[in-house]
Amino acid sequence: MAWFKASGHGRLFSYVINHRPAPGFQDEAPYAIAVVELDEGPRMMTNLVDVEQTPEALPIDLPLEVTFEQVNEDISLPKFRPAAGGAQ
Amino acid sequence: MKPGSVAIVGAAETTKMGVIPDMSVIQLHADAALNAMADAGLKPSDIDGVATAGESPTNIAHYLGITPTWADGTSVGGCSFMLHVRHAAAAINAGMASTILVTHGESGRSRVGAGGWGQSPASLAGQFEAPYGPSGPPSMFTIPVLRYMQDTGLTHEQLAMVAVVQREWAGMNPRATFHDPITVEDVLNSRMIAYPFHLLECCLVTDGGGALILTSADRAKDFPTKPVYIIGTGESVETPMISQMEDFTSSKAFRVSGKKALDEAGISHSDVDHLMIYDAFAHLPIYGLEDLGFVGRGEAGAFIAEGNTRPGAKLPLNTNGGGLSYMHSGMYGMYALQESVRQMRGIAPAQVPGAKISIAHGVGGMFAASGTIIMSNERP
Repeated sequence: MAWFKASGHGRLFSYVINHRPAPGFQDEAPYAIAVVELDEGPRMMTNLVDVEQTPEALPIDLPLEVTFEQVNEDISLPKFRPAAGGAQ
Repeated sequence: MKPGSVAIVGAAETTKMGVIPDMSVIQLHADAALNAMADAGLKPSDIDGVATAGESPTNIAHYLGITPTWADGTSVGGCSFMLHVRHAAAAINAGMASTILVTHGESGRSRVGAGGWGQSPASLAGQFEAPYGPSGPPSMFTIPVLRYMQDTGLTHEQLAMVAVVQREWAGMNPRATFHDPITVEDVLNSRMIAYPFHLLECCLVTDGGGALILTSADRAKDFPTKPVYIIGTGESVETPMISQMEDFTSSKAFRVSGKKALDEAGISHSDVDHLMIYDAFAHLPIYGLEDLGFVGRGEAGAFIAEGNTRPGAKLPLNTNGGGLSYMHSGMYGMYALQESVRQMRGIAPAQVPGAKISIAHGVGGMFAASGTIIMSNERP
């Protein structure tokens, strides 16, 4: 195990499109809850932004890149959007 | 454990099943426990070991007036009771207790005397998964499945067939919540819960309970019930976060637990007459069949869809109707064990003729843990 700086690029490893929103997510439903596999190997849960939340728009292995969403002064969440220019 | 050294001599579910708004969680435990004691011809003072999950063994022992010399509160989710059976067998063989009660009760639907849902924000899942909006197991336990479909070619229709076949079994069980036959179209037209999962591919939420009593095989002949011998046991745990599952197409905990149990029993897959695989969602029997080694990787969807697990076929699976159609209180593992016991006693509503070996395979959390118990009505 070691620390490293990830590139922020990865691919859509798997997901669901949730039709029963969690508290605070009512305005988003249906929304994808995804697992992205980073190019460096690790996987993490995330949401997908700047893309339709439909099976047609979200093929498995879609190339993704990170974008940070500022939730409040203390917290920013890594989310992912389709990579500019497709696969890296 | 030594195969066949310990037997189940008492087994029962709660008197009622489904919607039980007049009983609290601990009352459901007690109702099941008293039914199991009546089954075995025992009273609380005859019990010297207690194991449970969802309640503490302290609460159960105190409520029932039991003074145990052994207690186990292992709580790893819905398969905890498989682990309790395994631990109880070891304890009996080690002389720590002679007569062990394992209880389950859960007011899953009515929520009477039940704790709240939710996880600590400081937990790993609370930090690294909850911020992305999952709303319970239907939106989390299901996350690996699109990857499984991509890698294996499993179709939506094959996934739906898991629910269709289990409804066939439920139709033979008077205590099942749902009885009416369903079609693939019914499943695919039911309400979307978390794509690709529709309502009929998700388990019920009901109230109920169950209890088991174990003792040494040498004592088992003194009981009024037909002994059901424990011939193989396994357990394992993998990850507290579904996103960190090592392989999205296979459960490591399933593989480890299943192999341990099969090796211990010294049997091959063709020896198995009856199989229970904990089905909180329709993909679990698919993962279970493959991870236990009954079929090859990627073959289980077609195996089920082609009818190999339905009534009268070669591998009867989830013969009570399963979590999808029988009942699911939240920690379903106890009901899988109860159905295996009924099948080994020869008293199941959908009895498999001549069945001699049964496997009850459970999941805990969301692919977080697993337990496997192999039973036989013949002492090896």
